[in-house]
Amino acid sequence: MYRYDEFDATIVQERVNQFRGQVARRLAGELTEDQFRPLRLKNGLYLQLHAYMLRIAIPYGILSSKQVRKLAFIARRYDRGYGHFTTRQNIQFHWPQLPDVPDILQHLADVEMHAIQTSGNCIRNVTADQFAGVAADEIEDPRIWAEIVRQWSTFHPEFSYLPRKFKIAVTGAPDDRAAVRVHDIGLRIVKNEAGEAGFEVWVGGGLGRTPIIAVRIRKFLPKEHLLSYLEAILRVYNLLGRRDNIYKARIKILVQATGGEKFAAMVEEEWQKIKDGPLHLPQAEVERIHRYFAPPAYETLADVDPAFETAKLENAEFARWARTNVVKHKVRGYAIVNVALKLEGATPGDASADQMDLLADLADACSLGEVRVTHHQNLVLPNVRKRDLYTLWQRLKAAKLATSNLGFISDIIACPGLDYCNLANARSIPVAQRLARHFSDPRKLDDIGELRLNISGCINACGHHHVGHIGILGVDKQGQEFYQVTVGGSSKDDASLGRIVGAAFSEDDIVPAIDTIINTYLANRTERGERFLDYVRRVGVDPFKEALYGPATARRPAAE
Amino acid sequence: MALLQHGALQPNNWRFVGDDAAVPPEEPVTVSLKRWQAENETLRGRNAAVGVRLKNDEEALALGEDVHRLSLIEVEFPKFTDGRAFSQARILRDKLGYKGELRAVGTILRDQYFYMTRCGIDSVELPEDRPIDGYLAALKEFSAWYQPASDGRVTVLELRHPAKAPAGRSGATFISESVAAHSA
Amino acid sequence: MAKAPQMITANRLSDGAVVYFTAGKGWSVSFTDGAVWNDQEGAEAALTESKESVKARIVVEPYLFDIALTDAGPKPTSARERIRADHKPTFEPDYGSWTGPIAG
Repeated sequence: MYRYDEFDATIVQERVNQFRGQVARRLAGELTEDQFRPLRLKNGLYLQLHAYMLRIAIPYGILSSKQVRKLAFIARRYDRGYGHFTTRQNIQFHWPQLPDVPDILQHLADVEMHAIQTSGNCIRNVTADQFAGVAADEIEDPRIWAEIVRQWSTFHPEFSYLPRKFKIAVTGAPDDRAAVRVHDIGLRIVKNEAGEAGFEVWVGGGLGRTPIIAVRIRKFLPKEHLLSYLEAILRVYNLLGRRDNIYKARIKILVQATGGEKFAAMVEEEWQKIKDGPLHLPQAEVERIHRYFAPPAYETLADVDPAFETAKLENAEFARWARTNVVKHKVRGYAIVNVALKLEGATPGDASADQMDLLADLADACSLGEVRVTHHQNLVLPNVRKRDLYTLWQRLKAAKLATSNLGFISDIIACPGLDYCNLANARSIPVAQRLARHFSDPRKLDDIGELRLNISGCINACGHHHVGHIGILGVDKQGQEFYQVTVGGSSKDDASLGRIVGAAFSEDDIVPAIDTIINTYLANRTERGERFLDYVRRVGVDPFKEALYGPATARRPAAE
Repeated sequence: MALLQHGALQPNNWRFVGDDAAVPPEEPVTVSLKRWQAENETLRGRNAAVGVRLKNDEEALALGEDVHRLSLIEVEFPKFTDGRAFSQARILRDKLGYKGELRAVGTILRDQYFYMTRCGIDSVELPEDRPIDGYLAALKEFSAWYQPASDGRVTVLELRHPAKAPAGRSGATFISESVAAHSA
Repeated sequence: MAKAPQMITANRLSDGAVVYFTAGKGWSVSFTDGAVWNDQEGAEAALTESKESVKARIVVEPYLFDIALTDAGPKPTSARERIRADHKPTFEPDYGSWTGPIAG
């Protein structure tokens, strides 16, 4: 993974010093809250329902064991003993105190971490595919480019006061695990006819109030032009993005209003002027960063490990976990382990300080020192030898980290919702907990099959409900919590937005409603292999409307 | 209003004249882009400097070659959250090769001052009673910066690969005096 | 004009904790200590007063919210304010079995 050189370290340290000064000025009254707010947001510090919330960047989701231990330390010393992993591969602490935050940032800086630009109207954490560098289907490692973009976007003097937040994602495999089509800029590594790798550039995707799938504005961008091209896009957006209405200020609105083709032409015009300037990436820098992502010293192992095979035969629970949570690694004899932070009845994405410490130890013992964060609020141990899988599983199980539900209905993605968040209309975590308990039987999970369920507590859609196979959106009706259901969304290459099934459900009715939706699917799918998503795409929302609201409603538009 | 320039608060001899007001014959004035485009010959014919105050939704490129006839261009930050003028500043420096004084007017927090200088701005308009220590300190808060901008400061990229000459800067390798006076 | 009785709440600057404006013009973490205004004018005058605490750097962003006067005393009417009054999420995190030494 990337290690800071003296320049990276200096920049992060100077930022900590700067924020320390800003906090002091705030507490001394030299800055009002209105003046302080954008400054603290650019350091990831929100004011939420019960307390401040600090969002710490985990660049493209990669953590070393040392960094994980530091997060555990911060959770214990400055928070309430746990942290929350988010849908953008970051971690949040929900109870820091303002005067402590500069010290927290200093502790983070000591292990090459920061909270820079995790909020505010600037370029946010660049996310990537959580299996980058180890996935069997990878074209090229996206992390190199994510790191290059991270540096270019950090404290960019021109783009720190954008109309609104800006999110970039990079994927290096044909199977898009980074949801690039619902980001402000999505980059897909592809190969041209000559076999050279470059970027397919997508712009203007996003969720929230106006969910939109991105538009492809460039089929192939040579790698050395990545930064100049991004700069062109950002400049067009900075100048022309709307600033009169925060709900219309994202680049997706500009792209839709301008039209994809015209927008692409505007970017192209700007880019032509700057592409051969100082943003043209020197090969030396690409190579320098590339070296940090060189594969670790893998052992030469056989593809099949007898101990692993035996353990599966002898222990059905282990065999199941191996089937659901272990993914093929590009190197023989190794495996990618998905660590579920989805214990039924617990908060999706939360990990206690003790669990973090254990994961750091496990990473050192059997994952070559590395842990990753997915944007499904789970973790990954990316480099596990097959022969270590059984022991690893036993230790994960003891720490309640071995839920075998990856990609199933109980592997729920949920934002913090009204239990924590100032923006929320409804709580999402209790709904997630009840649903996970309701769908806890492993045989039921298998029967239902692949099903992505996402819950957002409000229209800001931090739970990515629009791209859930089933999405649940918290809405406010006269101060009470209600839940609107969508079906048929997807965040992958076949990206689509979910469709509303009908009127929202109360807190008491939402779990039965989901149950009805599932039963409708189970009763009517063509065969067990027809996934829920495929079923929805085949039949639309009518069967669900009928089942939920009665036959007469099936032909009417969704009541809102 | 005074000017923060060359590391100190200076008196501001310039005056912005509205579209309907009379232009004084002997004072340095800035006018709107529209007025400049309509009356630039008369304005230049006076015995005093002339500049343009760009609104932040106007196209900087519209000035074109005229930048070389101006002593001052002002870019606006109506609210500190509105960052359009950062891009306008860079376009004026890098694309049009503007070498005169580039000034920020409007609401300017010390926490933005450094970014303004990186975008090629070399003076800012502040209320006369505003203490400037914070602004000057802000210029020293960072000693390294990743990305090339419009100030000619050496970037981390260049420091990492000193043997490699930069591929050529687009537009000006312009470092204004006041910026250079305060860089670390 | 709101007819419901109202209270004033804010977050403390130092730790973000939820606080309520009291009859004594101070701030308390207890919802039950919050002063109640039954008329809009009184409520808005109190809100203006409460903003002195913003300048004094005690709280940020005070605002009025509706309450209901029940037999059991004042209660917030919205889910959001009910949750804020409890100062914590509505579920108990499952700490007992995770935190502390992990066996194995």
